[in-house]
Amino acid sequence: MKDLDIWTSMKTQPLLSVQGLSKFYGARIGCDAVSFDLYPGEVLGIVGESGSGKSTLLSCLAGHLAPDTGKVIFDTVDGPRDTVVMGEAERRRLARTDWAYVHQNPRDGLRMGVSAGGNVGERLMAVGARHYGDIRAQAVDWLGRVEIAADRIDDRPSAFSGGMQQRLQIARNLVTGPRLVFMDEPTGGLDVSVQARLLDLLRGLVREMGLSAIIVTHDLAVVRLLADRLMVMKGGYVVEQGLTDQVLDDPQHEYTQLLVSSVLQV
Amino acid sequence: MITISNLSKSFTLHNQGAAVIPVMENAALSVAPGECLGLVGASGSGKSTLMRMIWGNYLAASGSIMVGDVDVAKAAPREIIALRRGTLGYVSQFLRVVPRVPTVDVVADPLLTLGVPVEEARARASALLAKLNIPERLWALSPTTFSGGEQQRVNIARGFVHPYPALLLDEPTASLDAVNREVVLSLIEGAKARGAAIIGIFHDEAARERLCDRLVDVTGFTPRVAA
Repeated sequence: MKDLDIWTSMKTQPLLSVQGLSKFYGARIGCDAVSFDLYPGEVLGIVGESGSGKSTLLSCLAGHLAPDTGKVIFDTVDGPRDTVVMGEAERRRLARTDWAYVHQNPRDGLRMGVSAGGNVGERLMAVGARHYGDIRAQAVDWLGRVEIAADRIDDRPSAFSGGMQQRLQIARNLVTGPRLVFMDEPTGGLDVSVQARLLDLLRGLVREMGLSAIIVTHDLAVVRLLADRLMVMKGGYVVEQGLTDQVLDDPQHEYTQLLVSSVLQV
Repeated sequence: MITISNLSKSFTLHNQGAAVIPVMENAALSVAPGECLGLVGASGSGKSTLMRMIWGNYLAASGSIMVGDVDVAKAAPREIIALRRGTLGYVSQFLRVVPRVPTVDVVADPLLTLGVPVEEARARASALLAKLNIPERLWALSPTTFSGGEQQRVNIARGFVHPYPALLLDEPTASLDAVNREVVLSLIEGAKARGAAIIGIFHDEAARERLCDRLVDVTGFTPRVAA
């Protein structure tokens, strides 16, 4: 199943290296001077209030928005490349193969008029799979992994609950075996009970596939359980970053201290 | 295995007028493989703070904390993550888990992270849960609904499921009955015998007597200026 290589080969080469990334909306700051390295198998959480720039940053990293300055260097199969300056066609190919993007609202990441199996199969066909039997078999396998019963394969996502739609979106994204997954509030808008199940699923997938992930959320409990490292943003700047439990248990920045002390205890 | 020198720490509370509270100064200790060191001192003297600094969730202001060949006080997050994966174990007083995950998987989790096959990891987790007298009918349930003593034992199982060369134990025998206390004490003795370096906080004096080769009073690390 899972092999030791993922950890023993903890390469010194970062999978993603972000250097001095800035994005402005006119005079307003989207995000400014963001730098970090993400290594294979690592999960990075980005937290901050609404308008802190965390979604802008994620969009710039995933190539949905063009940053004004800075580099986003991804370790492609052909070696490290700055995705900001690469051609559109090449970046799209990365988005189909090595990257995945899980939207907060599953409707933004799924094709609502296509069956569940079709949603998963489409990603496979985009990378060249042609054999119908293989595609369907893989789709069934992935629906199983995200705990969607095989007899729902021909149903459209519109007939699914919110939690199922989110799990389908995850299956659609991970079926091609990406190396880096961007997630924008993946558990937002879900019931707490569904959220717990999704968290467990994500942890398992990260571990088994050796995925790296960048998760934007405002939920500190989610990052504590999922993220190895944490980045705190405020007003477009990264005010603090470090090991997740260090940032949460011994926050250094004024804003992080406020954030951590504002969480309601259950 | 664990060597601390010149370690100091202060908290800056930005939301309370940026008050700076020095809590530790010139802390130093060292623990060899197979040795168990007990931290003593009154409540609030900094035993848990010191332990958290070794674990790496509290930042050191200055000094060094060598665990094997990693200086936790200066290491990058990914080095600390790797250290915790295979070298440094921690039994805290609190169990923090993803809700609804079965107990057996909670205990097997550290092994899975190390790449141990699922079946073997579950088998080792089950054996340890049995040894710690957690009834088998509870293994498939999440530990979040367990009693304090049961949660404590699940936490201990997580900390002993992999033979970590270095172990931090924060009151491992608190809230345990006599039978389970004995099981835990023998687990700790077993870890010592296989060569683990252990730092523990034991309010249980008899346990301290039996396990600890040396005691360090952390009151000696308290800054004098603290009012």
